[in-house]
Amino acid sequence: MNMPAIRADGLWKEYAIGARARAQPTFRETLVDVFAAPVRRLRGAPAREQTETFYALRDVSFEIAPGEVVGIVGRNGAGKSTLLKILSRITAPTRGRVEIRGRIASLLEVGTGFHPELTGRENIRLNGAILGMSGAEIARKFDEIVAFSGVEKFIDTPVKHYSSGMNVRLAFAVAAHLEPEILLVDEVLAVGDAEFQKKCLGKMGEIASQRGRTVLFVSHQLGMVARLCARTLLLSQGEIAFAGDTASALDRYIASGAPTGANVFENAEERPHAPAAIVRVETRDADGAVVDQFPWASTVRVRVALRRNQILPNTVLAVGVENHLSVRVCSWYARLAEHLGAEDGLQCLEIAFPARVLVPGVYSFVVDVFEYGAIHHRVANVCPISIVDTSEELSAIGPVDFGTVIVPGEWTRHRIGASQPEAAPAS
Amino acid sequence: MWTTLSHTESDRPARPPTVIEPPGGWRALDLSDLWRYRELLWVLTERDIKVRYKQTVLGFAWAIIQPVMLMVVFSIFFGRLANMPSDGLAYPVFVYAGLLPWTFFANAVSNASSSLVGSANLVSKVYFPRLIIPLSSAGGGIVDFLIAFVILLAMMLFYRVGWTANLLAAPLLVAGVVFIALGVGAFLSALNVAYRDFRYVVPFLLQFWMFATPVVYPASLVPEQWRWVMFLNPMTGFIEGFRSVFLGRPFDWPSIAVSLAAACIVFVVGVAYFEKVERRFADII
Repeated sequence: MNMPAIRADGLWKEYAIGARARAQPTFRETLVDVFAAPVRRLRGAPAREQTETFYALRDVSFEIAPGEVVGIVGRNGAGKSTLLKILSRITAPTRGRVEIRGRIASLLEVGTGFHPELTGRENIRLNGAILGMSGAEIARKFDEIVAFSGVEKFIDTPVKHYSSGMNVRLAFAVAAHLEPEILLVDEVLAVGDAEFQKKCLGKMGEIASQRGRTVLFVSHQLGMVARLCARTLLLSQGEIAFAGDTASALDRYIASGAPTGANVFENAEERPHAPAAIVRVETRDADGAVVDQFPWASTVRVRVALRRNQILPNTVLAVGVENHLSVRVCSWYARLAEHLGAEDGLQCLEIAFPARVLVPGVYSFVVDVFEYGAIHHRVANVCPISIVDTSEELSAIGPVDFGTVIVPGEWTRHRIGASQPEAAPAS
Repeated sequence: MWTTLSHTESDRPARPPTVIEPPGGWRALDLSDLWRYRELLWVLTERDIKVRYKQTVLGFAWAIIQPVMLMVVFSIFFGRLANMPSDGLAYPVFVYAGLLPWTFFANAVSNASSSLVGSANLVSKVYFPRLIIPLSSAGGGIVDFLIAFVILLAMMLFYRVGWTANLLAAPLLVAGVVFIALGVGAFLSALNVAYRDFRYVVPFLLQFWMFATPVVYPASLVPEQWRWVMFLNPMTGFIEGFRSVFLGRPFDWPSIAVSLAAACIVFVVGVAYFEKVERRFADII
């Protein structure tokens, strides 16, 4: 079998964007348009109102062999989700053609179509049918699905009485028992709390590593991609920027983040009455380049530019890190009187920390100028960065909940009841 | 937990590849795809039926209450106060015999036309033949129809009408009404995705349509020379046909034949339009 499992040929996807949301005109607008178009044409104007178009995909072509596990990486808006939507036939391409050999299913719609009034049993049938299982297939796997979900006791209770955790477990159990030959996995659409997301990812990894199954894996967790996928497509602004071995693709992906300069926060506000005003926040790597992606082994430098006005002895600058749920993870403080030069005007302070103290993920910063009890100037949710696990160190352990920070610690081995550690075994 | 791909479709001889291409013009309905998803059609219909009367005290009694209350109201206002003629039959049984198929038709059309928009989360997240949504929501009304039908049989006993061999023609007429309801429902549901105006249009449309159809009055009320206009409306032939079925009057076969032909055309046109625009749904819903 050397026919490709998926062959995409010159895919384009166009969306109309305009000053007015033309995607969904009302009936009246369409009627008006029908009559207005000839009038406009008489006046020499274009018949249709000009609409801007946006290409989510531009001339995307690739082939995927049966049994291959391929990663897709790219920044938000690069076209990853659009590509998966086209492959799973939810939306149609504007131009181009795809050939798919084999039953295809996507793990991007966990729990879609659950009905709160129906029981768990009825929802398994419903959800299975939505995902394309036949009645016989659902019946055959029913017990397995129920056992996997762990909601046996409540299988005849309407799911509206389920906890959200039970709901998600049941939904995922159904999706996980699809047996497609081609599987599309989109991590960003995984549902549930953080712990469950990890569990889902683990399961997805398990499926992906099964032999014989063709998998397309969209993820921001580069460590996962590195571990699962031999080959990776890098999408950038709707185009395939690179297709090839995963290590090169990830290198390019991280490098492509460097020169954007996008990770600079500028504050135009004057704030003459604050002791010091925050003018600019940016994140740089060890070489001084402004970046927003930090490999786990690198150093993150957060540089804050301040305009010094009237600093008091207790004026403090704080740089805080927040995770994707806007929960403060940690902070660094500096008394400005000790750290800033005496002259008024623009000055810079920088805090550097090893990226490896943070569990890979997305973080942003909060910068404050404050005095005991009074915040004078605050900029929140600025300069989002990704800590990227390229070393595979964490993902090799597996998709468990690492928490948010990684505190240095030391393991020693003890004999039971002894107060001193055993000597390290001679090797 | 993860069984291998031994007994699934994978080891069947190579299926032709699925081809994804830009939406073209008019396409033929992909019946094999629809057949592959028949389980979904069945499950969704079942869901609609089960959910409809969940957490209601009266449950399926609502399927009876609605047409019966309508019958009472029409019997009082048209039968008693306005002295509407009813072809020499008791007005309640006359009007109920018309209301029964009409209620089924109107519910099917109105449920189907709002069904796609109501299933936006399905449409934008999973692939399946979209036609299943309006089909299943229209199909959910069949149970109501059957329940209300039992009441009619009881009324026929009470008023000592009907119970003739004419009843055997009922499935044919039901099929006709189902076809026309599906055609109109699919058409309106597709329009409703792009133009939400139809949410407001449909109730009006159904009300006008009901009074343009001899539901609460006999077709014989309309002067002879204008009656052919009435029969341009395919529902006229069906409603009059149902009266013949239930009340034992002779059939007007030519008009029923015309209505059946019209129902098929409406169905084909409605489904064809639906299929034409189906692939844009996820982008605009």
